[in-house]
Amino acid sequence: MSSEVLAMQSARIDEPTWIETLHGWVTTVDHKRIGLLYILFALLFLVIAGVEALVIRIQLMYPHNDFVSPQVFNQMFTMHGTTMIFFVAMPILFGFGNYLVPLMIGARDMAFPRLNAFSFWLSALGGFLLYFSFLGGGGLYGAGAAPDVGWWAYAPLTARAFSPGSSSDYWTIAVLVSGFGSIGTAVNLVATIVCMRCPGMTLTRMPLLAWLYLTMAGMVLIAVTPLSAAQIMLLIDRYLGGHFFDTQAGGSATLWMHFFWIFGHPEVYILIIPCFAFMSEIIPVFSRKPIFGYPVMVAATVCIAFVSMSVWAHHMFTIGMNSYANSFFAITTMAVGVPTGIKIFNWLGTMWGGRIQFRTPMLFAIGFLFQFLIAGLTGVMMASAPFDWQLSLSYFVVAHFHYVIVGGILFALFAAFYYWYPKVTGRMLSERLGTLHFWLFLLGFHLTFDPMHFAGLLGMPRRIYTYEPGRGWDAINLIVSVGALIQAVAIVIFVANLIVSYWKGARAGKDPWDAWTLEWSMSSPPPAYNFASIPTVASRRPLWDLKHPEDPDSRYE
Amino acid sequence: MSIFAPASTPAQSIFDLSMFVLSVTAVIFIVVATLLVYAIVKFRATPENAGREPAQVYGSTQIELAWTITPVLIVLVLFAATARVIHAIQDAPQPPTAVEVTVIGHQFWWEYRYPALGVVTANELHIPVSEPSRPRPTFLQLLSADTDHSFWIPELAGKTDLIPNRINRLWMDPHRRGIFLGQCAQYCGTQHAKMLQRVSVDTPEDFDAWVRAQQQAAARDESAVAGRRVFETTACINCHTVRGTAANGRFGPDLTHLMSRATIASGAAENTPENLRLWLKDPDGIKPGSLMPAMKLSEVELDALVRYMQSLR
Repeated sequence: MSSEVLAMQSARIDEPTWIETLHGWVTTVDHKRIGLLYILFALLFLVIAGVEALVIRIQLMYPHNDFVSPQVFNQMFTMHGTTMIFFVAMPILFGFGNYLVPLMIGARDMAFPRLNAFSFWLSALGGFLLYFSFLGGGGLYGAGAAPDVGWWAYAPLTARAFSPGSSSDYWTIAVLVSGFGSIGTAVNLVATIVCMRCPGMTLTRMPLLAWLYLTMAGMVLIAVTPLSAAQIMLLIDRYLGGHFFDTQAGGSATLWMHFFWIFGHPEVYILIIPCFAFMSEIIPVFSRKPIFGYPVMVAATVCIAFVSMSVWAHHMFTIGMNSYANSFFAITTMAVGVPTGIKIFNWLGTMWGGRIQFRTPMLFAIGFLFQFLIAGLTGVMMASAPFDWQLSLSYFVVAHFHYVIVGGILFALFAAFYYWYPKVTGRMLSERLGTLHFWLFLLGFHLTFDPMHFAGLLGMPRRIYTYEPGRGWDAINLIVSVGALIQAVAIVIFVANLIVSYWKGARAGKDPWDAWTLEWSMSSPPPAYNFASIPTVASRRPLWDLKHPEDPDSRYE
Repeated sequence: MSIFAPASTPAQSIFDLSMFVLSVTAVIFIVVATLLVYAIVKFRATPENAGREPAQVYGSTQIELAWTITPVLIVLVLFAATARVIHAIQDAPQPPTAVEVTVIGHQFWWEYRYPALGVVTANELHIPVSEPSRPRPTFLQLLSADTDHSFWIPELAGKTDLIPNRINRLWMDPHRRGIFLGQCAQYCGTQHAKMLQRVSVDTPEDFDAWVRAQQQAAARDESAVAGRRVFETTACINCHTVRGTAANGRFGPDLTHLMSRATIASGAAENTPENLRLWLKDPDGIKPGSLMPAMKLSEVELDALVRYMQSLR
């Protein structure tokens, strides 16, 4: 009997109970665990918002379909957009940043571990509040209601006259709270990257990922603050009798548009710049060459950040700005295409003369390059203001920004998942399932978003819960909906791969891709303290130098 | 409703610009995509080059300069073409012969007022053909009574929003007669999807005849007097106008010449006696979320009211 007790005691010491594990995760301040929390939280919301997208697509499969009511449809596209931007894209990118930045700059944690945890839990609270609206959003007006004002929540739809109950308040407060979380994490990323690089890692020797996250975090500080201010102003309108946006009392609807888009456009770059970061790590490794034109890549990134702050009103070409304002925002928007183009050329330059290995991360990276190219070019079309008077608010725009967000950002994220999963779990994701996931998702993506462009050209506006037959939109919408279902199947394969490979995947070892940055120098998964002794680096590719002592990078930089 | 079938000057100049932008972007796509495909095929890993790291190239200033300057030049050309069209459309002067229409967006229908002609109608806009010899373009003032809306007839002009507390302007000079369709493009609430638009472009003679007919007060049909009594003793008159009667509400569409319109409920249904009856009985049945309430009328009252509506020619 005593031996049994002893065995139990030792078991308790070795294996924490589930409640201890849970406590450990909830109270953690470790950047890797917080990073994973961000990513898991975002994946959960990705599935929820994906289901909302499927509801939208089933409704639009046929003209005059009545799968859901107009009220529910309007809630679906509002929740889909809000969730995907604020509770999927932002947290998942912060998650990767949290996990990777300290490892790649040779630090043991983020600069402010407690702020880090606080920021994550603020974001989580925001997501919870947004979805609680399904129960509580009706307020005293009866049954629950999710917000139905669109993810831009244009004034005066959010005024009390047009949005009774509390659904708009849940939207406002959810976005406000998660915005504070974003600002906290952005402060943390800037402080970490500026102050906590290991010896020898000058700014010009940082991995591009660190540079891009530094830029992105700086942009968050500039762009999210006006959004937070606008949300507070909206709350003042709704509860304290303010008239900022309340047009019935002389407020300004266009003021909200400016506030929203001065956040909303930089936000696109906030989301895509970390994806540029993934591309700038993955493409070199699988092309077996260093990134082409490192200083130019840094300069182009910073240039994008600056120029993207002056393009917001291209979302407002149809609001009747005068011809000078329209011309100004047309040229700034076209100008942002130049540094973006430079990035694509530099990735091409990296692949040129390399030895390209088509592993799953690289497949998604190549998909990214083509799709981001197209997304950029349709962006140039809409920068041409008169052309935009036709394209804006139509399905062409929906196609364009899904090309950016799915074809660009999500493809880059999938590449990042396949690339860093071995580091995080110690196991490889299945290449077979990965390849299947890639081809199926590619097929679904193009079936969904290619025809949408044509729906827009044929005059189909966005955000309509149904449409008239015989306008040339019927077949297009059917194809789009089928494509959406194929994407859903591909996502199921991806999630299955994530789960199965966690137990069944091949052992990864330290450095499965023969890569060059510091995170591949430690065990997989990395120990809690990251580095037993802080490394010293002499070039942008410290592991290359280790593997090729006869020809180190440090000789050329 | 294709944007590539322009039937008026602003739509045509947008079309010409879009063709130029499309060809430039198509060339860029073909060049870059070809290079990408070439690189992927040419520089793929093969058993022959396995195990050997390729030459480590870090960059090239000349190449970077080339692919910076070329896009800058392209952007300048695109901008010049764009600015020209912006100016041509937005800063076009209004000729004295222009027809002026005030468009007021409502949840979820369109009010059209012709202040110089004394005509008020809803949902179906009538404008004249503008012949090159006798230009008679239509200039629209865009207002909103509640939330944002957007006026968009793809074949006639680009879209412009109707925003409360703001006066926007849009013009079109249709070159041929016909029915042109469109619908509200800016999300405006529950029934944004059924805020449809029909623009009837008439010959100048037809347009003038239409104006004369619309200027008349409502027809008095003695056989519909029962329905008229229902109309005038129910809340209908709080929202609707029938000129020449006590009904002078402004919240809903002017019904003075309801029968001159092909559709009801802002295009949601054809203007037939059956649809009218359905609509009067239960507006949510045709357009759930529309702001017209069901008045809980009896079957007899409904029949009479439909007969009255049909007398409003």
